Amino acid sequence: MSTADDAGARMSRAQRIKPSSGSDKLFELASRSAAYFVLILLAGIMISMVIGGWPAFREFGPGFLTSSVWDTQSEQYGAWPAIVGTLTTALIAMVVGVPLSLGIAIFLTQLAPGWMKKPVSTAVELLAAVPSIIYGMWGLFVFVPLFAAFVQIPVSSLTEGLPIVGTILYARSPSGLGILTAGLILAFMIVPFIASITRDMLEQIPTVLRESAYGIGCTTWEVVRYVLLPQAGVSIIGATMLGLGRALGETMAVTFVVGNANRLSASIFDPGSTIASRVANEFNEALGMQMSALIALGCILFFVTFAVLVCARLLVARVGKI
Amino acid sequence: MTAAAPTASAAAPLYVVKPFVSRVSAARRARDKALKVLSVVFTGLGVFVLFWILGMLLVKGVSALSVDVFTKITPGPGTAGGGLANAIVGSILLTAIGMLIATPIGVLAGTYLAEYGKASKAADLVRFINDILLSAPSILIGLFVYTLLVLPFGGYSGWAGGVALAIIALPVIVRTTEDMLRLVPGQLREAGAALGAPPSIVIRHVTWRAARSGMITGVLLAMARIAGETAPLLFTALNNNFWFSPTLVGGVSNLPVTIYQFASAPYDNWQALAWAGSLIITFAILGLSVATRFILSKGN
Amino acid sequence: MSMVSVSDRPAELDLSKVPIRLDVKNLDFYYGQHKALKDVNLSFYDRQVTALIGPSGCGKSTLLRIFNRIYSLYPEQRATGEVILDGANILDPSIDLNELRARIGMVFQKPTPFPMSIYENIAFGVRLYEKVSRADLDQRVESALRRAALWDEVKDKLRQSGMGLSGGQQQRLCIARTIAQQPEIILFDEPTSALDPISTGKVEDLLEQLRSDFTIVIVTHNMQQAARISQRTAFMYLGELIEIGPTQSIFLNPTKKQTQDYVTGRFG
Repeated sequence: MSTADDAGARMSRAQRIKPSSGSDKLFELASRSAAYFVLILLAGIMISMVIGGWPAFREFGPGFLTSSVWDTQSEQYGAWPAIVGTLTTALIAMVVGVPLSLGIAIFLTQLAPGWMKKPVSTAVELLAAVPSIIYGMWGLFVFVPLFAAFVQIPVSSLTEGLPIVGTILYARSPSGLGILTAGLILAFMIVPFIASITRDMLEQIPTVLRESAYGIGCTTWEVVRYVLLPQAGVSIIGATMLGLGRALGETMAVTFVVGNANRLSASIFDPGSTIASRVANEFNEALGMQMSALIALGCILFFVTFAVLVCARLLVARVGKI
Repeated sequence: MTAAAPTASAAAPLYVVKPFVSRVSAARRARDKALKVLSVVFTGLGVFVLFWILGMLLVKGVSALSVDVFTKITPGPGTAGGGLANAIVGSILLTAIGMLIATPIGVLAGTYLAEYGKASKAADLVRFINDILLSAPSILIGLFVYTLLVLPFGGYSGWAGGVALAIIALPVIVRTTEDMLRLVPGQLREAGAALGAPPSIVIRHVTWRAARSGMITGVLLAMARIAGETAPLLFTALNNNFWFSPTLVGGVSNLPVTIYQFASAPYDNWQALAWAGSLIITFAILGLSVATRFILSKGN
Repeated sequence: MSMVSVSDRPAELDLSKVPIRLDVKNLDFYYGQHKALKDVNLSFYDRQVTALIGPSGCGKSTLLRIFNRIYSLYPEQRATGEVILDGANILDPSIDLNELRARIGMVFQKPTPFPMSIYENIAFGVRLYEKVSRADLDQRVESALRRAALWDEVKDKLRQSGMGLSGGQQQRLCIARTIAQQPEIILFDEPTSALDPISTGKVEDLLEQLRSDFTIVIVTHNMQQAARISQRTAFMYLGELIEIGPTQSIFLNPTKKQTQDYVTGRFG
């Protein structure tokens, strides 16, 4: 390279302009603020629930949690039936949904032939993308009539008069709507969710571990039971708790099929309500104390799901570090 | 099979052939079989339900589709005919407002977590809370926005609905943005810094660009998530059977709430419209999900 | 006897007449609690190629990454001591890191083209510190690509992504990107270890030519490469500088036993 060129180069070195560090600082500040905004948001939700529900908590005291009355005439409100409905539907969803999810995850990671993995995975993930209102429509118009005809009526006639089962599994009016129906629809809704997280967890387990288990003559069952599940165990529990968080707060699908009854029934075939379904049903017409009672219900739901989700995240997070 | 021990030992040759006898006991084999059968059955059930739902939507929705659905507004109670035009436009508008609010905040917050806050305790907390927000019940977000924007301003509005949807979209965008930025090799950042580029320029011109397809995926995922959300709109955007005002004050009609209100109504035309709406919204969302998948596989 | 052939070189330079570009004094470096460099002292001379050699983990890359303060991206890493550039200690907290890095360029082990067009890859760095007209920018891009011996291969596809080039082309693109900024010193961190032999040859030829304009420091694990391209060689071992001197004497008659063992292939 010629000296003239070189001199030019040296000259331009001296002429370097300094980019302002102001925009750099501004960008960092903007992104930091955006991150903190997430914290403010959750705090805001918590505070608005507590403040909005405060009149009801103050009026009814701890009895709000245990009372079964929900009377707009006398302005008496209790959360118990909605709490029980929320917990029961979520429990049913877990009992049905978790084995289904594990089965799907095991199929996808251990059994499915290569060509099947992708389409089946996609189908499961699309199931997760279906809006909850569509599950509600499917539940109300397709599942409910079938459930009434092929489950509620035959089972009720079998259990009628029997002790305990005759109470829990007996439909006074077999409409197909009810707590059990809501729980089953919820199960279908959380399955794709838990199944895809579990699949990801199982896929992270090093292949050598699996191969060495097969290498000493394990059957697929033993590989799954004694190697894969213990290895991914904590995070699978975390994944199911994430699913539980969803089941507790799911609104639209439940509102369609739960029957929206305000009283508590001992039978899971009978209509009931959950916190979310009751808020969805009544909030727009509610005034005064009823509105406050509904927000108080929301507040209870907030803290229950918050606790469940915190546990879930802690369990899932721990595995990430192993 | 363990019982099938060789009996014709008389004709055995000098060297002993040990017949292959499975040492896997019957109980072990039964458990293995049960696991495999159940896995296949459960997976089949899941796939079956998907096709059942899609089939239901096609059977009931296609017959309810017509030009009117896209050109006429939702009918009042007992009014014949009608369509979903106002609800479709309203839904697109609410989703757009939600995305316009959530995308810049979410991308910036995700960028903070991946680029600035790697080792900070505050970032850990934000990450944790964001994950919680990701699964927070959407009806609570509706209640929150109601107390934040509907009560103080004296009425329902499209803005309140858009904000509620934005709060649902935000954590999805934060999470995917962070995940995608973390996939960008550190050497690319070093190469940017080695040219003397300040961090914000490296992020905007190099890291964001490298993670572009993944970040777009996150935004589309968030959009798919909010497009069908019903619960947060119940008490914010509300719903009605008119064209909304250009200021979006007062109720803004939208598809999910329309479906909810029409589905179990006693009018045949309402029910038909609910099915048509369900078909439109589901296939729009599933189409978006498939497109997202396509972008992601192409980007990698 | 050496396993490495040292090519014919002009007679040894009289270093007292060559200005020092970078002067390292009492340099220590820490990864958290771990001390990775111990009391390193050496000088880099203007328009000379200095090779840093030594077994993996000896600290040669660590040393290189101090000169443009790239380690400062990681809060747990820190350096103490002095590295003098034009009379100023670059370890000083008041130094503007971005400006420093514009003066001291770096080429990495793996090619790192940015996810943008070939043209933009080069224009990116130029625009950061200079206001240049469109025509001047075109000129700068072309001359950088010519100097990096890449122009003929890419002149018809400047608008295509830099990621679409072959590994060797990508690395030359990164070199072009660095020289387009007209730095004073260029740091090369094992620039050919991810390349095939033909691409390696091209990059080595390039280094030979760049010496006329830039002071070059290159880390290499390949002793033949060090011998082929450098005027001075520093041998490092376990975080310490064992020996530095003219390449010829380091390879042919090293003064330290460890250097002797390493260059004859007894370990490393």
